[in-house]
Amino acid sequence: MTDGFHIVVCGSLVPDPIQTLEPVPGGDRPALKNEAMLPSVLDPWAGHALYEAAHLAAKTPGSKVWLVSLGPKAQLQQLMMRVAQKVPFELVALDGPASGFTDSFEVAVALAQAIEGIDGLDRSRLLLFGGCASASRDAGVTVQMVGERLGIHDQFLAVDELKVEDGGSIRVLERVEGGRYLASVCEGAPLVAAWATGSLPEPPNSPQVGMQNMRTIMPALAKAGPATLGGEGTTWLTAEVPQQRRETRVVKDSSADEIAQEIVTWIKG
Amino acid sequence: MSATTDRQEPDTLRTLPGDDVRQIMWRFADRFDLQMVVQSVRAVARGPVARLVAGGGRNSHDWTDEKNALLAAFDESGITALGAEPEHGGYLEGPQNLAMALAAFELSWVDAGAATSSLASHLGLSPIHEHGTPEQKQTYLSRAVPTNDGDICRGAFALTEPLPYVGVDTGVLSGKAKIAEWNDGEEPILQIDKRGRFITGMDFANMVTAAVDSADERINGSFFVILEEGDEGMFDRGAPTLKLVHQLSSTRDPIFNLKVPASRIVGGYTIKDGVLTPNVSHSEVLNDVFRHTRVPVGLMTSAKLLSAVEPIIRYQRGRFRGGEGKPGTPRHDLGLQQKEDALHRLIDVWATGEAMTSLGLATARLFDEYDPLKREKDRIFAERGVTGIRAMMGELKTIEKAALEFLDGRASGETSSGAVPGEDPLIRFVIDDSLTSVLCPATKLWNTGYGATVMREAVSLVGGYGITEDCPGFLGQKWMDAQLEATYEGPEAVQRRQLSITMANPVFLRQFDDWIVELGQIAGNKAGLGASTLASAMKLWRWTLDHLRETKDADGKPLFRDNRQGVTFPMGDALSWLVASRYQMLDVLELESKGKERPELAESLPGTVQFFTDLCRVQAARAAGEVGRMCAELVYGYQRQPSGEALATFQALRSELDESIAEARLAKDRAARSLTGVMIPEALDYPA
Ligand SMILES: Cc1cc2nc3c(=O)[nH]c(=O)nc-3n(C[C@H](O)[C@H](O)[C@H](O)COP(=O)(O)OP(=O)(O)OC[C@H]3O[C@@H](n4cnc5c(N)ncnc54)[C@H](O)[C@@H]3O)c2cc1C
Repeated sequence: MTDGFHIVVCGSLVPDPIQTLEPVPGGDRPALKNEAMLPSVLDPWAGHALYEAAHLAAKTPGSKVWLVSLGPKAQLQQLMMRVAQKVPFELVALDGPASGFTDSFEVAVALAQAIEGIDGLDRSRLLLFGGCASASRDAGVTVQMVGERLGIHDQFLAVDELKVEDGGSIRVLERVEGGRYLASVCEGAPLVAAWATGSLPEPPNSPQVGMQNMRTIMPALAKAGPATLGGEGTTWLTAEVPQQRRETRVVKDSSADEIAQEIVTWIKG
Repeated sequence: MSATTDRQEPDTLRTLPGDDVRQIMWRFADRFDLQMVVQSVRAVARGPVARLVAGGGRNSHDWTDEKNALLAAFDESGITALGAEPEHGGYLEGPQNLAMALAAFELSWVDAGAATSSLASHLGLSPIHEHGTPEQKQTYLSRAVPTNDGDICRGAFALTEPLPYVGVDTGVLSGKAKIAEWNDGEEPILQIDKRGRFITGMDFANMVTAAVDSADERINGSFFVILEEGDEGMFDRGAPTLKLVHQLSSTRDPIFNLKVPASRIVGGYTIKDGVLTPNVSHSEVLNDVFRHTRVPVGLMTSAKLLSAVEPIIRYQRGRFRGGEGKPGTPRHDLGLQQKEDALHRLIDVWATGEAMTSLGLATARLFDEYDPLKREKDRIFAERGVTGIRAMMGELKTIEKAALEFLDGRASGETSSGAVPGEDPLIRFVIDDSLTSVLCPATKLWNTGYGATVMREAVSLVGGYGITEDCPGFLGQKWMDAQLEATYEGPEAVQRRQLSITMANPVFLRQFDDWIVELGQIAGNKAGLGASTLASAMKLWRWTLDHLRETKDADGKPLFRDNRQGVTFPMGDALSWLVASRYQMLDVLELESKGKERPELAESLPGTVQFFTDLCRVQAARAAGEVGRMCAELVYGYQRQPSGEALATFQALRSELDESIAEARLAKDRAARSLTGVMIPEALDYPA
């Protein structure tokens, strides 16, 4: 793989988790109270995917990174003031809801269409990245469906490591049960990698990188078309925040082993 | 919890104002470069800086490894390079006063010592930035931008000297310069002796700009000189200052005894008849440096007040939770917010913080406009051969006249023919100069001095917690820190002294009169802001100023004189209250008009505007009260048996002012109610 990769990262915003997130009934789907006013952050799993993508692109000359984001335009713009400072990429924006109450199938249709429309994207060199989960809906299926629609069948889920080997083949570590990895090797691009956490820290901000990215980000936001997420066929009965359970008992003079044993017993139910 | 209907009233504040709202109010909605700077600085402030403070990093006077690590964080995130021009490796185009002010605001939201630390190097380089020769600029300003090779120039600014020398009075320099060697046809070598007191950045600065005076008949006058670590002689960093505040900045009392070439004189020098004359005196440097650097200091304190709002609300609401009141009861849900005084005082803190920030950022933006005008004025003067203080003053007097004529024309609507002088850079310079000369000291004086007082109120609102290290939002430390901000870079007396002169400038007063008219129009278009209250207070201040300038006290001594600080200083304070309130209103009007163009704000805008409008009214009433009190003390307090026609006018103005306060308390009640419903995050977004 000497020409470099074309890495497309699917990722959008989620409400900042420290905000009060209270579901309220909305028009066609529930919403969060004051959702439009809540500050948002880059979905953490998408973030890992983006940083891994940039890292791989930097190591592989000729590569390029796109970030495809479906979200409310104005909020995406605010988010970009932070995310654009992290790593170099080109934004493809779609204007639409990014809440936890959208249907992942419809989201996947919109994202796949947007990716098909990217100018100069070489699908034979495509690595489709995204998160294996999300801090909002967490359907855990969106990236796979996008991959299917683009006809990419080499799919890796909960990826923590992706390495290009000497001959151009790609070795991937996927999380599996019991804290273990499944190691696979495939011939190369195209492939789908839905990332777990990867291993890279969040890059520090660099306004210089941000300024560079902004040259394409602002036009992309300006021309972001509306994504149709009608939610057809979905009926929302109720939406609620999981109840917090708190059972306090004052225990004195127990050893660490006894406490650990008790916790294990409790978890096992 | 099941989904419930949103029962909040449409016209009240729903969430704490976010970046989208602030960008409009503070006029950087279309400046993506600045929005990125804000985010970048915020990540450092609420990340490494907050972790260090929460971990007890402030409990030491020493410059620890952890504190030193912040410098790398500043470098990495672009904070260090702020203030550098693109030609020297900076990444922001154009003047950077607003950028620096926003950065100081963001850092001080968490810890102003960190802000000082990041700004101090800039202060050290400022003499060169303002007056350096092209070679000095190239050498030092480029090296001040972080690069990968790790070589970086970090500056310190050494003006203040051990007692009994330089402090408020910057003329009594004990730092001296002599000629050490001067061989024929060669550059003179200077011997510099300077002791500093309270010099920021001295733990790591490798370059210092120091103020010194001549102690040699072959040197003419005072100047700033560049000293470097590695120069021949002694570069002793001195003892650390045992300060109670801003512990994330480094402060020491250094001693320098160094030999340096005369090319280190900031701004260069001329030699005539065997005497070396620096091109720029130390006081000229000070004038231009402090004009710029005092504004971010004002924002350091305003950030503290606004940052206190969220932790105070959280404390108030949660005060009784876990006790007897069950969820759903007012005791559980509202806690201390059941008490009117707790809410009213928080409104005072918030309203003051808004006015301070609006004033400070308006001043920073004005400097962004002013800097290129000043350069253009210097260029035109040089081209016309206008040199020397006297010639320049004469020329400026002529331009001042033209500026006044232009302002008269503008006010009477004759702008079409007056459009040409309005574009004249010299006229614009004189107008902006008169404004910056008031707004800069007003920002520094009022934001920091009164800010410290209001910060004490904020601390009170969290009870005993307020004065512990555990207080969320570091409120106790912020209270003490505000006192330093009121002191360094020129204590309040210095700002008041400057205001006593600049507030009487006819070009300023001419604009002030226009503002009164403008506020009358605003009051007609938008009720509720308190614009008529402010206009009445401004009229009273304006009348009082004229009165004091032509009146004598009971013993026949003139009142408005330089050395009568008892008269001039309160007038400066009163003016600061007025301008702050004005800029606060202008920002809310901006939010209202520009916010309407933003569909994403449609839902929240009316409530946000209503709340900020109420804050304006609360602040205007407070400002009017203060101004009324100060003016009355001055008008009556110097007479034994006050009487006469003039006093009747004063009384009429005073009673107009009092009446204009109508409804202000109703606005305060409404704003206070908003505080009980506003949604806040579950936790502070930085460790505390
Ligand atoms: C943490 C810290 C960092 C600092 N960093 C720097 C730095 O980097 N570089 C630097 O050069 N300096 C620095 N300073 C010094 C600071 O600028 C001075 O402390 C300040 O200018 C006041 O000088 P002073 O302490 O000598 O006060 P004084 O001059 O003794 O004044 C004390 C008080 O007397 C009154 N007063 C004095 N003169 C007048 C007057 N003419 N009219 C009316 N009232 C008057 C005022 O109330 C004034 O506040 C720093 C100080 C501190 C505490």
